[in-house]
Amino acid sequence: MKGRSRNGALLLLIPAIVFLVLLFIYPFGYGLYTSLTKADGSFTFANYIRFFTNERDLRTIGVTLGIAVPVTLLAVGIAVPLCYHMRRGVPGEKIISFFFIVPVTLGTVLISEGMLTFMGPNGWLNQLIMALHLAQKPVQFTHNYAGVAISVGLQGFPYAFLMLLGYISGINPDLEKASQMLGANKWQTFWKVLFPLMVPGIAISFCLNFVMAFSVYPSAVLLGQPSGPQRVIALAAYQWAFEKFNFNAASAISMIMAAIELLVIAVVLAWRSKLYKGASIVGKG
Amino acid sequence: MRDFKRISVRRMTKRFGDKTAVDDFSIEFGKEEFVTFLGPSGCGKSTALNCITGLIPITSGEIYIDDECIDDAKTSVPPEKREFGMVFQNYALFPHLTVKENVAFGLKLRKLPKTEVEKRVDDALRLVHLEGYATKFPSQMSGGEQQRVAIARCIVLEPRLLLLDEPLSNLDAKLRVELRYELKALHERLKVTTIYVTHDQAEALALSDRIVVLKLGRIQQVGSPQTVFTKPANPFVADFVGYKNAWKGKIEVLKENGGTLGASVRTKGALIETKLSYPEGDPRRDAIIAAYKSGGSVTTAIRPEDIAVIGQGEGAARGEGNVIRCVADLVEYQGHANSISACIKGCEGERVDLHSASDIAFGEAFEACVDPEKVLVFAMPEASPARSAP
Repeated sequence: MKGRSRNGALLLLIPAIVFLVLLFIYPFGYGLYTSLTKADGSFTFANYIRFFTNERDLRTIGVTLGIAVPVTLLAVGIAVPLCYHMRRGVPGEKIISFFFIVPVTLGTVLISEGMLTFMGPNGWLNQLIMALHLAQKPVQFTHNYAGVAISVGLQGFPYAFLMLLGYISGINPDLEKASQMLGANKWQTFWKVLFPLMVPGIAISFCLNFVMAFSVYPSAVLLGQPSGPQRVIALAAYQWAFEKFNFNAASAISMIMAAIELLVIAVVLAWRSKLYKGASIVGKG
Repeated sequence: MRDFKRISVRRMTKRFGDKTAVDDFSIEFGKEEFVTFLGPSGCGKSTALNCITGLIPITSGEIYIDDECIDDAKTSVPPEKREFGMVFQNYALFPHLTVKENVAFGLKLRKLPKTEVEKRVDDALRLVHLEGYATKFPSQMSGGEQQRVAIARCIVLEPRLLLLDEPLSNLDAKLRVELRYELKALHERLKVTTIYVTHDQAEALALSDRIVVLKLGRIQQVGSPQTVFTKPANPFVADFVGYKNAWKGKIEVLKENGGTLGASVRTKGALIETKLSYPEGDPRRDAIIAAYKSGGSVTTAIRPEDIAVIGQGEGAARGEGNVIRCVADLVEYQGHANSISACIKGCEGERVDLHSASDIAFGEAFEACVDPEKVLVFAMPEASPARSAP
């Protein structure tokens, strides 16, 4: 009886396995294969060599990291203190959360289009800045680094916020009390107790945010200078695939993207395990 | 540790919105005293404790250590500066730190030299019998061991006041008793002034120098374990320390005989003769005399173990007084005795609880009697919230 039910339970894994194979393992394997072949199917490293020797392509790595890393750091860096203050609930929490979550539901294009008009040279934001005499001429928020960074940040921040809020409000409130009773002030309690316990959450939300930011594409096209300073790596892959119709080269770029993402994740997780041991969320007992 | 003589809490009140969690709470603790706040859940005992630590701001009142005011509801010394230690029901150990790091947490904050930290941590762990556990993480330990770490983490700082909030409630019955013995031994040895919060009267009786019984945020009685156990101040305290049989009635006859009062109380189920050793000047004595004169109702309180089963017919020989005729409708075997719950014959809804070694079967009619000296009488009706001077 016991054996049968266990077999039955294993059967439940099948949809997940099918899903994983069809939507992840097969496309990934196919991409890897494509990146290592020529158009005629013969094996080659040329696609990778071309990327790393082409200065214009190679610099997309730096450009994209230059957007993804600071934006992700900033998003997580703002989310941590914000979640700390909201950990026991605050008045109007639902409305605050609503406004943080809305950007997720709207999609990149709408946000980018909105930013173009709102933050453009004649947009409301600049009119306000001028009216308040904060600047002599309109501040440029669009078609440059700032535009892309703001857009990517708006997209990523809600994930970091929601995840970390769940994490920090799951930490037993008695730990804070205990720390205080042992002589720690709020600042010491945060750095010695709450922050170490949040590290796993911070690491995961950093990774998720980074991966999203690193594959930035629409924001860079709409709000940046896609042919110049904001030519991100996803754009390079797109151009190889659909402008030059070289899918092998495009696949190689995708593989390089994946490798960089994995590398950053590995670094973050290494930081996490160095800082953090033990279980994070303590219930009773 | 900064030395002191007394900690006094004066008229401390805590309100959450309309709800008063702690009401006009006044008490003094002498140095080295072990005081227990005892009461059912929701009586405000944990809130009172948290108010004393400063973790919950008080609404009004004052807290003094000797002449130093640490809280007067307007300005207060923050919890981390009060030099109090607190042990939590759920241990609240830092899960990312080892046992040693947990115990050293407060010492490191005080920036003590490393060798002294090491030495004091080792001493504290030895005191709670956890040598050899220094490098373990809390998640690798049992509940009892974790609570010992929590205790060590507090006493290593030599707090002026140690506060324990239901520290044994998460442990199983055997461990609870073991750790209770250890707490007692630890207090005998270190003489740390202690406030202990519990809903378990056995813990309160076993550990305390004084017990503070609370109900709905108000102090019901303050006294030694013996006083609270044998001379409860009101029906609530009586019920809480095990006087389970509370019957309402009226005093028919009252005889004053020196230090004792002989009241015959007519309850629904039986005529209860009593011999109350309430001395002259005892407020309970005056209240009973007043109730007799005004014909007001009183409540009797009797422990289950003070009611004895008597043989058939013996009741008739004794006459009416203190004989209860009843039918058992619940019999629980409890090892040393049977716990019997019975309804009193002829009185719908009146019940008697007793412990007896006799084998009474379910549904069996029997007679029971109680010694007049074992009965307590309170002059207030059970329902009204009792308020008595400590």
